Amino acid sequence: MNKRLLLGAEAIALGALDAGISGVYAYPGTPSTEITEYIQQNSADRQPPVRSAWSANEKTAYEAALGMAYAGKRSLVCMKHVGLNVAADAFINSAITGVNGGLVLAVADDPSMHSSQNEQDSRVYGKFAMVPVIEPASQQELYDATREAFDISESLGLPVLLRLTTRLSHSRAVVEIASERAQNRLNAFCEPERYVLMPQNARRQYEHLVSMQPRLEEFSEHSWLNTLVPGSGKTGVIAFGIAFNYVMEAREIFELDCPVLRIGCYPLPRKKVEALFAGCDSVLVAEEGYPVYEELLRGFFGGKQIRGRLDGALPRTGELDTDHIARAFSRHLDHGLPIPGIVSNRPPELCKGCGHRDLLEALNIVMGSYDHKHVFSDIGCYTLGALPPFNAIHTCVDMGASVTMAKGAADAGLLPAVAVIGDSTFSHSGMTGLLDAVNDRSPVTIIISDNDTVAMTGGQSSSATGSRLIEICRGIGVEQEHIRTIVPLKSHLDENITVLGEEIAYEGVSVVIAQRECIENAARKKRNPAANH
Amino acid sequence: MHLNIILAGVGGQGILTIASVINHAAIQKGLHVRQAEVHGMSQRGGAVQSHLRISARKIYSDLISRGTSHLILSVEPLEALRYLPYLSPKGKVVTATDPIVNMPGYPDLEAIFTELHRTDKPVLVSAAEHARQAGNIRTSNMVMLGAAAPFTGITPADLESGIEKLFVRKGADIVEMNIRAFRKGLELSQHQASDT
Repeated sequence: MNKRLLLGAEAIALGALDAGISGVYAYPGTPSTEITEYIQQNSADRQPPVRSAWSANEKTAYEAALGMAYAGKRSLVCMKHVGLNVAADAFINSAITGVNGGLVLAVADDPSMHSSQNEQDSRVYGKFAMVPVIEPASQQELYDATREAFDISESLGLPVLLRLTTRLSHSRAVVEIASERAQNRLNAFCEPERYVLMPQNARRQYEHLVSMQPRLEEFSEHSWLNTLVPGSGKTGVIAFGIAFNYVMEAREIFELDCPVLRIGCYPLPRKKVEALFAGCDSVLVAEEGYPVYEELLRGFFGGKQIRGRLDGALPRTGELDTDHIARAFSRHLDHGLPIPGIVSNRPPELCKGCGHRDLLEALNIVMGSYDHKHVFSDIGCYTLGALPPFNAIHTCVDMGASVTMAKGAADAGLLPAVAVIGDSTFSHSGMTGLLDAVNDRSPVTIIISDNDTVAMTGGQSSSATGSRLIEICRGIGVEQEHIRTIVPLKSHLDENITVLGEEIAYEGVSVVIAQRECIENAARKKRNPAANH
Repeated sequence: MHLNIILAGVGGQGILTIASVINHAAIQKGLHVRQAEVHGMSQRGGAVQSHLRISARKIYSDLISRGTSHLILSVEPLEALRYLPYLSPKGKVVTATDPIVNMPGYPDLEAIFTELHRTDKPVLVSAAEHARQAGNIRTSNMVMLGAAAPFTGITPADLESGIEKLFVRKGADIVEMNIRAFRKGLELSQHQASDT
């Protein structure tokens, strides 16, 4: 028997490889990055080769995956939850066109916001797009369900959303591996009536999608991911995704007799839910994420006693755990000693010797001479510049927003308007905003801290770095003399202050590119020169 | 056999290597393993922890419940304190005494030791010093694994074969050095146990 110890993310990757994918498309984002990395590192023996390089952003990734599925092959596309906001246009409309080859979207949510700016629940997107959603609860289930998701996708002709959360993605367990399936052959049909979403086609396709819904529900009724654990108690539990694990653990520890309906496949299987409700006086709804189905089950007027995140039986926000479930049953685990008062937080920090440090130091000195010291920033390691000792940046909202927020603030008259963004975030979605600024001649200074990699997520290759970035800025229309480069090193501090000072003082569009390789990446290359970063 | 271990440290200290060795050994014994890790931003010098669960029966949760951890194995003394609510009444704290001071308000070491001694006979190990003696300060994590070995329910021999498996690709010298570090930790721990 072939067994391996795998992270949840890796179990998806291997499940997809063994399901015969011809390609994976993704932009890095915690906690989804390891899916694609595993495929990059473990697919050399697959024939034909599995396409796996990083995409510029989640939208380009999704569209390329859709194109591969259009051509009849199986494709996987991976992203973190907020990445699906970027890819949402493609995702929602791919449900209208449908797919030929299997298309699975693996999206990793981050309840409790371990590495994210929100804890949005991707199941809402699945419901919105009206496609099947799969939500396994263990590494083995991730492997099995990923394989099966491609079959579901092909049999229904729809993309399938596979939802996981940080805890499962970044947790290891032993997974039993099944046999490899061959890749699909190229098999494309010319079907403009399906794929050209002009209104007359779109209306028909949308009617078709709506008419598919009873079939999806029927499929859910029979899914092995939706099962009832019988119990004699009058309080029942509907446990969604990995909340099932915590419910089962609490049930074991406290010998609870509650029946548990476990849901790992959506839309909700109506008959199974009705059967649970029929035998219970009250039902606890345990969801890892938003109270999406709790709200639905409560309805507007209430009814049978439903408990969950909305009535305080479970916390309204954040990850669940066994403790939360136990307390909802008025049971209590004795905790160990409290955390002593002398223990304070140890927040992450920029690495010693990191180029971002030298850039932020120079920037702080330049900004010190202005009344308005606002620096718009973005998502990457440099976001840590918001913390002491730098306190150098003042916004971080979404990928690319530094450029456009600086532009809008400049339009409002807030000067200077300075943005700090990384090479990868700039090519992800900063460069389109730069085009807006150029077209409007907005007085902004865009500082691109080019460390030659996607550092925050562990050093993946970045879509545009070095001279390519300069070419892009020039191509977008930034004046040649206002595209400057600096080297963020202590020894260059004076020079860097001068360059930054000149460009921030310039009342037009200027770009300063700080070029220095990420020190972590340099160390990685030194340890493993053959590594394809 | 049902064991919950919290591994604690600061990003970059190698707690996941410790977890890998224990995993290897446990799987070899046919036990179930589940291990939750921290990836992403906290790895940049922030507090990191791993929940490692080993059991003869099916394990549902990736997370250890508060009050149920049999062992807190920390490679940094302050970090050991951060997870005390997870420790069971009979649980053991095994920690390195080498502080990593990369935060404002790092407390006095003596104050940290006072808090550690509120737990049942904690095992305190100057891991860096013993790692250097073994050949390289980077083997500190194996010193700590050795010190914690008596509380893992897995035999030292099985853990050593786990070390071998993990480091074999790096050559026999590296394997030997790590095993040397492991044995130093184990010895220290056994001494401390017999002193008390």
